[in-house]
Formats: sequence, C-alpha cells, structure tokens
Amino acid sequence: MKKITILIVALLAVGLVAFTNHSGGIYKTNTGNINFYSHTSVEDITADNHKVKTAFDASSGKLQFSVLIKDFEFPKALMQEHFNENYMSSTKYPKSTFSGTIENMEAINLAQNGTYTSPVSGNLTMKDVTKEVSTIATFTVTDGVVNAKASFNVNPEDYNIDIPKVVSKKISREIKVSIDADYMHTH
Amino acid sequence: MLNKILVTIFLLPSALAYSQGMDLLDDDIPELAKDYTSATFKTNRVVNGHSIETVAKKEFDFKISHRFGFLSTGVYELFGLDGATMRIGGDYGITDNLNVGLGRSTVDKTYDGFVKYKFLKQSKGVKNMPVTVAWISHMGITTLKWPQHQRENFFSSRLHYTHQLLIARKLTEGLSIQLSPTITHLNLIDSTKYNNDIISLGIGVRQKLTDRTSVNLEYFYVLPDQMDSDKTNALSIGFDVETGGHVFQLFFTNSSGPFEKSFITDTRAKWLDGNVRFGFNIARVFNF
Repeated sequence: MKKITILIVALLAVGLVAFTNHSGGIYKTNTGNINFYSHTSVEDITADNHKVKTAFDASSGKLQFSVLIKDFEFPKALMQEHFNENYMSSTKYPKSTFSGTIENMEAINLAQNGTYTSPVSGNLTMKDVTKEVSTIATFTVTDGVVNAKASFNVNPEDYNIDIPKVVSKKISREIKVSIDADYMHTH
Repeated sequence: MLNKILVTIFLLPSALAYSQGMDLLDDDIPELAKDYTSATFKTNRVVNGHSIETVAKKEFDFKISHRFGFLSTGVYELFGLDGATMRIGGDYGITDNLNVGLGRSTVDKTYDGFVKYKFLKQSKGVKNMPVTVAWISHMGITTLKWPQHQRENFFSSRLHYTHQLLIARKLTEGLSIQLSPTITHLNLIDSTKYNNDIISLGIGVRQKLTDRTSVNLEYFYVLPDQMDSDKTNALSIGFDVETGGHVFQLFFTNSSGPFEKSFITDTRAKWLDGNVRFGFNIARVFNF
C-alpha cells in the first residue's frame, strides 16, 4: 500500500511538473496583424487582417497562428470579394493556420526589455495545402509585452490558388506576408 | 491491476500536456461575428433586371448594354447583328448599401434613373438572416417626339415608374435565387381598359460554372389581364464572365429594351417564333 501511495505521489508530481513546466507561460493575442503585399509593374495589391489569433509557449517555443480569410480587408471592395470568392474560396476554406517553433526560444529573455531575433519555421496551411515556411523573426520585449515581427514570401500557386491568364500580370508570384503581433502573457 | 489503472490515470495529464496540435489557441469555432454572404450574383444585374448586389461606397460601375436584332432575321441581317439598341449608364455607390444610377437607352430615347437600397443582408453566425433584401425604384422619361401632334400631349405622359422588392438567397456556393415582386406604373397606357399599374414577378437564378463564370436565368411573369394579349413575358438566359474589374454578360432574350418598363411591359417577341436577340452587358468598376 505504501508503495502505491508513493507511486501516486510520484506520478502526480510528474503530471504537475508537466503542467507547471510552462513556467514561462503562454503568450497570446487575438488582434495580431497580417499584411500581404503583391507587387507587379501593373498593380500593387495589399490587404490587412487585424484579427489574427496567435500564441506561443515561452518554454517550448511552440508558435501557432489561426487566421480567418474573410477578415482580410482590401482598399477596394471588389478586390476583397474576388479574393474570397475566386482565389481563396473562403467559404470552403475559412481558415489558414501556421504551426511551428521559435527555434531560439531560450535566447529570448521575456523578463528583460530588449530586442531578440530567432529563426522561426513551421507549417503553413492554406486551402488545405500545407507547406513548410521559415524566416527570421524579431521579438521586442517591452514590460512583459512581446512584439513579434516577421515576413516571408509565398507563391500563391503553391497553395492551389489559381491565377487566370488575364490577370496573370497583376498578381505577383512572390507575395510578401508580414506579421506584426503584440503578445500578452496569459498564464 | 489497481496499480495499472492508477498509472494510466496519473500519466494521462502529463501525456496530454505534451500532446501536439492547435492547443495553444482555443480555436475550435471560427469567430466571425457578422459572416455576411458575399457574391450572391456576379454583378448588380441578373440579365436585364437588377440583382440584390450593390456597388460599394464611392465606386462607379460603368455599364454598356447592347442587344442586337432577332436571330430569326437570318443571314441577310447576320442573325440580327446588323441592328442594335443600347443603353449607356452607370451605378454609383453613395454607401455600400445605397446606390443611385442613371442611363440612357436608344429604345424610345429613354432616360432612366434609380435609387436602390439594400436593407437586409444574408448572414450566418451570430446574426442569422436567410435572405438579402433590397428595394429599388426606377423612373424613366421617354423623349421621343410625339407621334400625334394634333392632340394635346402632356410631359407627364412621358414618365413611367417601376418599383421592385428584390429578395435573394445564396443557397449554395454555386446556386442563388432571387424573387422580385414588381409594380410598374405607366402614366400613359395603350387603352383605358387597362390599369396604369402593372404587377409582375421577376425570378432570377444564378448557377456558377467556375469561380469566374456563371449561367443566369431571368423571367418576368406579368400577372394576367393587365396588358394587350400580343404582349408576352420576358425570358432571358445569360452567361457571366468576370475578369478582374470587368464583368461581361452575354445573353439571349426576347425582351426589347434594357430598362424595366421596356422589358417588363413592352415585350412582344416570342422565343418559340425564334424572335430572340443576342445581347451583352459590359460592366467596369472604377474607384474614386
């Protein structure tokens, strides 16, 4: 019986440690920004999403994003409609997600104000297509708030986004995706 | 045995804590407070008549509508291509939901204007609304010289009005339908045995073929005993092609003119006689 009790206590401890191991805690926001920018000699296209959900785990460096495609705002209403209707099929594929890792998490001191950089890599899913992306992100810690900035390029054709010939010259094959998010400590 | 169960129970939390997936974000339900349905129709016309779509604020949708002669005229008239009528005009967005438009048609040298207001939008999620509903009021002025100079002609006789309630629902990604209860008021009518008000019901259907093309059907059913018996209902079948800022609508119709009074109350040609016209609308949106 004593053995069992010890075992229980030991296992409880393991369980607790597993939870409290996130001593760094989860940092998240529901109002991150993602901008994309397509530059061609014919036309520049840009759109913003200010309702990006994202979080990272300060102990493991695990990083996640979830974005509703319909939340991207364009300067022209017609562009926004075409983006949702013709390019992203956002009713069928409402969300885009990213799941990856801040690879140099241990070098980022969240308790101390300052600017840190780290490679970030992971899987970006759009329209049911998942591809690996990687970039260097900049983390700025200001009194516990962590601002993260990063950008990378995507080719729409990699994600099953069909560009018809007539508009081919208006849409870049290297769309710059820029991220700007202020993470708050949650627990 | 007990040991094993206990081990399992107590190991479970540790295992869960380390499991992968979207566990940092409580992200099961997409949260779009107002998920409005977009693109019930490609453009703000089904074929001849208005759809519930409106031009966005500060955007101008320039429209040219052409329709040729009857296909039944044969090779001599190149199946109607030798003769054409047209309307040139545009829709402007005062707000995203309030549009005004002006146009001028060669048919009866008619100027037309309208005010359109979309007051309900199909949506799901927090707000659930099954249909999009818009109101549109048109006014037209015929500026043809009077055919009968010997009688007294009034300016008011040149005016006609059409009011429509447009009710549409996007049933699936591809299929949309619209019902348009319509009343047309003619200040001058053919005979005193008819009423100045003509009641009709418009039916529009849109089926997408690809992301950028669709087939549209439009029928205006005029309730019986309101017009001369040689008049008939307008039936149109259209094909929409959208290329960025342009929408091309190619169609076949038995209707005569491109404005409401004309295609609802002046259609005499019958599909079964081959009296069908080919036509097209070109729409181009400009931003201000």
